[in-house]
Amino acid sequence: MTSITVNGKQHQIDADPNMPLLWVIRDIIGLTGTKYGCGVAQCGACVVHLNGDAVRSCVTKLSRAAGQQVITIEGLSANNDHPAQQAWNEENVPQCGYCHSGQIMSAAVLLRENPNPSDADIDSAMAGNICRCGTYLRIRKAIHLAAELQRKEGASK
Amino acid sequence: MKNQIKFPVKALAAIGVLLTMVGIMAFALHNDNAPVSKQLVVKKDSIASVKAFKQVYTVLMSARCMNCHPSGDIPLQGEDSHLHTMLPKRGVDGKGVYAMKCSNCHQPANTPGLHTPPGNPNWHLPPADMKMIFQGRTPHQLAKQLVDPNQNGHKDLKKLIEHADDGLVLAGWNPGEGRKLPPISHAAFKKAWITWLTTGAYAPNGK
Repeated sequence: MTSITVNGKQHQIDADPNMPLLWVIRDIIGLTGTKYGCGVAQCGACVVHLNGDAVRSCVTKLSRAAGQQVITIEGLSANNDHPAQQAWNEENVPQCGYCHSGQIMSAAVLLRENPNPSDADIDSAMAGNICRCGTYLRIRKAIHLAAELQRKEGASK
Repeated sequence: MKNQIKFPVKALAAIGVLLTMVGIMAFALHNDNAPVSKQLVVKKDSIASVKAFKQVYTVLMSARCMNCHPSGDIPLQGEDSHLHTMLPKRGVDGKGVYAMKCSNCHQPANTPGLHTPPGNPNWHLPPADMKMIFQGRTPHQLAKQLVDPNQNGHKDLKKLIEHADDGLVLAGWNPGEGRKLPPISHAAFKKAWITWLTTGAYAPNGK
């Protein structure tokens, strides 16, 4: 039995400790916002936060998450109102949408660590998230907008 | 009479102990697995040193070592040492940036299967303030760099010898499925490394 905390809720998982965290999140806990893309850490569709880091859950074993804090796209904000989520909505970023929970989870780490990212910073942070629809320019635009929203939120507090 | 017999017995015992200690020390000095403090005796021999470094160089320039000692800020990948796909950046501490940290993909152990990320709990590049570049270095340049504390991570002779058994160095010989090993075994590398260092760490001639 492995204990993990996902989106603030503790779960006791009865599964092989070598099981990919992605399977645990999707198939056992039932949170299907995180997507399976390549299964070998090449595409970024499965990014979740493990203690704040944007890990690829397809290659992260359940054992690595034991006793740790996992946040998925469902838990990124209380009302789907993280600045990145608002900006994605505002800029109509997704086309098919499949990769975007991973994209947003990666962007959220960038925005936390760098509240005013340049284009180069965005490229460095997002280079591991592939979008088959080619929405990269909208992603970049949305991250700039999210940074602005985040700064405004910070100023109003 | 009693005292006359006792004296040679004590002397013989003392000589015996001394000989045993000398024997142990001699063995230890010729044993690569001996503690580093026992291997610190430098006996200069430029010919043996340069010969040993030639072996060391083949290992350090192999993909398993050089791929994480790139000349730029992006690690290398594959047997042909191409730029790592996704272009992850070194970052200040050598562990990546933002959502592109090494350990986001590289797990504490190798991920099973072909074309999956190799793993180690301490996966990283050298830090930005001391890049310890191997790529493009000639044997002469690399030998000089390796023994310069201002370019080698502030390592003295003892730490350099210990580095042969560093976890990431050893990972070169456990690279995950489908990847070539360095050209010689770890034992042969370690022997050549220690020989090079303890014979004066001479740099091969050339630029």
